Amino acid sequence: MNRLNHTVEATPPSGIRKFFDVVSDMEGAISLGVGEPDFVTPWNIREAAIYCLEKGGTHYTSNWGTKELREAIAQYMAQRFHLSYHPYSQVLVTVGASEGIDLALRAIINPGEEVLLPEPSYVSYAPGIQFAGGVPVGIKTNMDKQFRIEPDDVLPLITDKTKALILPYPNNPTGAVMERRHLEELATALRGRDIIVISDEIYAELTYTGTRHVSIAELDGMRDNTVVLSGFSKSFAMTGWRLGYACGPKDIIESMFKIHQYTMLCAPIMSQAGAYEGLRHGLENGFADVEKMRREYNRRRRYLVKAFNDMGLTCFEPLGAFYTFPSIRATGLGSEEFCEALLREEKVAVVPGTAFGPSGEGHVRCSYAYSLDEIKRALERMERFVARRKRG
Amino acid sequence: MLDVKKEIVEILAKDARTPHSEMAVLLGISQEQVAELVRQLEEEKIIVCYTTVVDWNRISGDQVQALIEVRVTPQRDRGFDAIAQRIYGFSEVKSVYLMSGGYDLTVLVEGNSMKEVAFFVAEKLSTIDGVLSTATHFVLRKYKDNGVFMDFDENGDSRLAVSP
Repeated sequence: MNRLNHTVEATPPSGIRKFFDVVSDMEGAISLGVGEPDFVTPWNIREAAIYCLEKGGTHYTSNWGTKELREAIAQYMAQRFHLSYHPYSQVLVTVGASEGIDLALRAIINPGEEVLLPEPSYVSYAPGIQFAGGVPVGIKTNMDKQFRIEPDDVLPLITDKTKALILPYPNNPTGAVMERRHLEELATALRGRDIIVISDEIYAELTYTGTRHVSIAELDGMRDNTVVLSGFSKSFAMTGWRLGYACGPKDIIESMFKIHQYTMLCAPIMSQAGAYEGLRHGLENGFADVEKMRREYNRRRRYLVKAFNDMGLTCFEPLGAFYTFPSIRATGLGSEEFCEALLREEKVAVVPGTAFGPSGEGHVRCSYAYSLDEIKRALERMERFVARRKRG
Repeated sequence: MLDVKKEIVEILAKDARTPHSEMAVLLGISQEQVAELVRQLEEEKIIVCYTTVVDWNRISGDQVQALIEVRVTPQRDRGFDAIAQRIYGFSEVKSVYLMSGGYDLTVLVEGNSMKEVAFFVAEKLSTIDGVLSTATHFVLRKYKDNGVFMDFDENGDSRLAVSP
């Protein structure tokens, strides 16, 4: 008898992991492979967490998260994204947006139900759906469509088993965004259908379109069918703190709460104290720290995109998150092959597009969560590598 | 254009040697536009000068700095300006600030030794007409200067090399 769960056993380990092991053993390697900010958490947030520990704040909090933090989150969502949620019944503090993804999926999926998700996408969605007993159904996206999903891509995939759609924009790994007009089109196709939208908006603060990120939950009639997931990792440079939140209709949040209550209990108290300070301070000064980081990312983004296009790796303009997703077709290599050769020959680590689903083939993900100096050094090596391959 | 100007200042404040061609890429505008905006910033004296942050102790040994609290009598019509001018004219004086609170001017003085700074205060500063009193505080160690941590780098990259 097999002592492991079939679903878990059948799930392959993350494609990124394999790569990580090679890079971390290599001397002098430069990486453009990380998925977290290079900024350290702003000091006022760190200081608030230290103070929390000093005054003996070392206990459990309410399963929902501290009251002050939930109030601040509700205020933040209203001020920054025009979303109104009741702080005590529609906001749940989670251990990273990652827990939020898991909770949302488990709260709604019955065995065999289908969940639509754009592909390529963040690595956790498909396994999360499977662990919850559901069936992931990929919506292929490509560079021609700026890696967005359109109603024509979604409608043919809807069956009577379709339960939910994961909407992860701004997107990791492509950097794609869905602006208001794109969301309107999608919403028109979704209205009147019982499809729950799980909108992962962890990169909402990092868009470079000239207008702020719009949540699909803001559009007419979508609020009651949408769970918005977000967190502090990317916008406040707090990845290691593991703190996120979910906002949505009462029944779904209540169900997510139930799972969270029995499995996680609560998010770490000092992380909540830090996050509260981040929001409190931001609500007062217009999120100046966040804006400063965003401006800096935007400059690096422009630099990286131009450099890739100049060296012949066609790169569509990514307008969100901190990733570029250039095409590597010009080199004649497959994604994995490209990454392995680049690492071996020039000691630069980038992530193969295929780590995010088969339709990521032909692309690599390069992050610009690095200082401009590091980016320049990596680009110099990549340029050498690409020039060699194009000749050969 | 105001936002772009602000970004140019941000970039140059971090590295004054950033070439115009690179700023053009970073900001998504033409090199000519960058040149024009920089020219405007210089003309408006928003960019006052381009300087270098130096760890002077490592090149000329015993450089000392002192913050001097100065209490003065403001003058009719010219307030604190005339006396401030008398003070900031000296080359030993690096900065002069008008303060609120218990005293009037903060004067930052640099010299080759404590003795040199002390004599400057005694002979030049405290003898100026209108200076009522001075209190000299020597800088013993700099932890952070101009927004830069002097002796510890918390930006060393401790992230996983590859992460999802």
